[in-house]
Amino acid sequence: MNEIVVAAGIGVLAASGVWLLLRPRTFQVVLGLSLTSYAVNLFIFATGRLRTGAAPIVPPSAGANPAAYADPLPQALVLTAIVIGFATTALLLVVLLAARGLTGTDHVDGREPDA
Amino acid sequence: MLVALGALTKSAQFPFHFWLPRAMAAPTPVSAYLHSATMVKAGVFLLARLWPVLAGTDAWMWTVGTAGLVTFVLGAYAAIFQHDLKGLLAYSTLSHLGLITLLLGLDSPFATVAAVFHIINHATFKASLFMAAGIIDHETGTRDLRRLSGLARAMPYTATLATVAAGAMAGVPLLNGFLSKEMFFAEALDVAGPAPLLDRALPYLATLAGMFSVAYSLRFILAVFFGPPPSGLPSAPHEPPRWMRVPVELLVLACVVVGVIPALTVGPLLDVAVHAILGERTPAYSLALWHGFNVPLLMSVVALGGGIALYFALRRLLARGVDGTAPLLPPVDGRRVFDAVLTTTTTRWPRAAERWLASRRLQPQLRWLVALALAAALAPALTRGLTAGAVADGALDVGLLLAWCVGGACAVGAAVQAKFHRLAALVLAGGAGLVTCITFVWFSAPDLALTQLVVEVVTTVLLLLGLRWLPKRMPFRATAAGARRALPRRLRDLAIAVGAGTGLAVLAYAVLTRPPAPTVADFYVERAYPEGGGTNVVNVILVDFRAFDTLGEITVLGAVAIAVYALLRRFRPAKESTEPPPQQLQQTAQDVHDDVLVPGVIMRAMFAPIAVFAAYLLVRGHNLPGGGFAAGIVFTIALILQYMAGGTRWFEERLRIRPVWLVGSGLALAAATGAGSWFFAHPFLTTHTAQVTLPLLGPLHLPSAFLFDLGVFLLVVGSTGLALIALAHQSVRAHRAEREP
Repeated sequence: MNEIVVAAGIGVLAASGVWLLLRPRTFQVVLGLSLTSYAVNLFIFATGRLRTGAAPIVPPSAGANPAAYADPLPQALVLTAIVIGFATTALLLVVLLAARGLTGTDHVDGREPDA
Repeated sequence: MLVALGALTKSAQFPFHFWLPRAMAAPTPVSAYLHSATMVKAGVFLLARLWPVLAGTDAWMWTVGTAGLVTFVLGAYAAIFQHDLKGLLAYSTLSHLGLITLLLGLDSPFATVAAVFHIINHATFKASLFMAAGIIDHETGTRDLRRLSGLARAMPYTATLATVAAGAMAGVPLLNGFLSKEMFFAEALDVAGPAPLLDRALPYLATLAGMFSVAYSLRFILAVFFGPPPSGLPSAPHEPPRWMRVPVELLVLACVVVGVIPALTVGPLLDVAVHAILGERTPAYSLALWHGFNVPLLMSVVALGGGIALYFALRRLLARGVDGTAPLLPPVDGRRVFDAVLTTTTTRWPRAAERWLASRRLQPQLRWLVALALAAALAPALTRGLTAGAVADGALDVGLLLAWCVGGACAVGAAVQAKFHRLAALVLAGGAGLVTCITFVWFSAPDLALTQLVVEVVTTVLLLLGLRWLPKRMPFRATAAGARRALPRRLRDLAIAVGAGTGLAVLAYAVLTRPPAPTVADFYVERAYPEGGGTNVVNVILVDFRAFDTLGEITVLGAVAIAVYALLRRFRPAKESTEPPPQQLQQTAQDVHDDVLVPGVIMRAMFAPIAVFAAYLLVRGHNLPGGGFAAGIVFTIALILQYMAGGTRWFEERLRIRPVWLVGSGLALAAATGAGSWFFAHPFLTTHTAQVTLPLLGPLHLPSAFLFDLGVFLLVVGSTGLALIALAHQSVRAHRAEREP
């Protein structure tokens, strides 16, 4: 049942994120990106399957049994993804602040839509 | 097929023939080189070399043979009507290349021998003719056949040479062109291809083209060197300097010698060339001048006589004709067709596509992107089917369910609130991040949880700093018309969003209920300690197995921080944001520092414990959850606390180390650590582990990967610090800008 919960959670995060990505204001897009990256990170993490109490910390001896531990590979991927996600969020934030200062609007197109 | 197409284009075969006569603007030696020796021959050469591989199929015979035949006949026909000396030669080159291509297309070993022989012969006589044309151009200043006349009196020597070379081109006996043309005629007679009608027509077509080539050769000689003395030439003709003639002399000599005693001169060379192509299939061929009275000889005679007759019949027509147009040929300008095709495919269609599809607005672009991704994911699911896997569901953890109820609510709430209540949305998004973090802990990923948690904090602080510069947004009552227009758009976006979410959820569930396949991860788990020297497999992957990726990643992080810094140095906030917001004024009025005195003291005191904690995380990262990323961000949090307690100015005055240096030195350290393993003759970024025993603290696990991780740590501190400080600094700058207008 945990699988359903996590899958549904990923879905809700992704839906909220995509919705925000399609909104016209820059702050919405930043938050959308953030939520989408949660969803994607969780998804990548989930490809290693869900294991409780099996953190990939092996004993200091040769020949650890891979079956006894959670898949470390998606974890390593997601770890870097989290950090890069932070970097892109920071960059996007600053770019949109600069755009806002330059164009006087926080619309994603740099100008207010023609009403 | 494509190779053949390329070769045909290169060798200017029909229907790609039009570029060659256009390439006549170059100086004559270049043309000689281009036409007779290398460039166009490269295509024929390619065909010849690939002949053993490609030939032997009907498709080969049809495409190559037909292209060659058409080019052969049409080129010869068009050459008669050229008025430019070099134009005439260019079309004749076309024709001869067509002949070679046709021979290769005939798909018999003997024809291939003839093709190779003709490649050699054509090179000699065409090069000498081009040089003769160059001499004429140089001495008289024109290449127009209608203006040139009677040059034999002024330059008898050149006239003789050119006449011999043109004779070779026409296939006059005793010259080399005659030999290969005889071979061709013989081959045309006994070809047996897939189309009987074509086979029967081939000898006649060959003789016809032979007639044409005699006619244009004759025209070249007669129009230029014979007839009344020239008048109205740009310069008075006379014999060229000696060294302009020498190459022509040598080449013409070759024509004659090969023509008279072929077996002794060109025989060995031809032998080598033919064997290179045909190998063991080389037929027994004879290079003798005289084969006795036979049908090919008859054809040659007919071609010679017919060509002479044709020339005299056409003579008056030629004197009047417009340059470059041959009667009976449709006036299709190849270049224009080519240009039109090029314009259409590279300019008009893309422009049309741009008009239809492109937009300068971000929203449609993103919408297309998401919709496309959705469609790409949906297509295999619909065609191949997507079902849940077979792994039985475990028990439900109520705690997890509750956490995700909160997380889902937070996500939806953030989505709803992001427009008008940014702060609330930010807090809610943080909540969703926190639940993500809990999920990581729950399912055995302590490293991820740790990193996610601290990154969450820093991201939130960063966004909070940014909030200050965004415009105020008041909820407004939309007009009824505006709402009506917005509604379909919003519904569409909602559908896309729900579709994406549902798709990802279904996909995730399908993955989660399948047993894991063996991956490279098993290798990592098994080797982490024996080879990486650490027990925390995730960390070992990052700093050892895949350390090169990590190096690239921290480079990106540093670049981003510097980009942020650079962007903010020129930052001009919008006018309405330059004034301090009312909340800040209110705080300043109440002397905020007293209000937060107690928390301020605690925050300052927290610096040391947090810094120690960061160091702890860093040191233990190789064996237990932690590592450079998490430690770096934890240390940044310590810095942020000082910021909050002391304020921007206080902090900046006391900051001794420039974050930019941290970025640089961190990256340098990480790279140097990797390079260090070279000194021990190991690949880049190989880890060496040492156990160091420190006084008081006991044994310390100190791999060289620790230095790498230390580099990561420094860079992360530098980058995040740089971004945050640059952003926070703006509030100070804005005030100053306001004060000194």
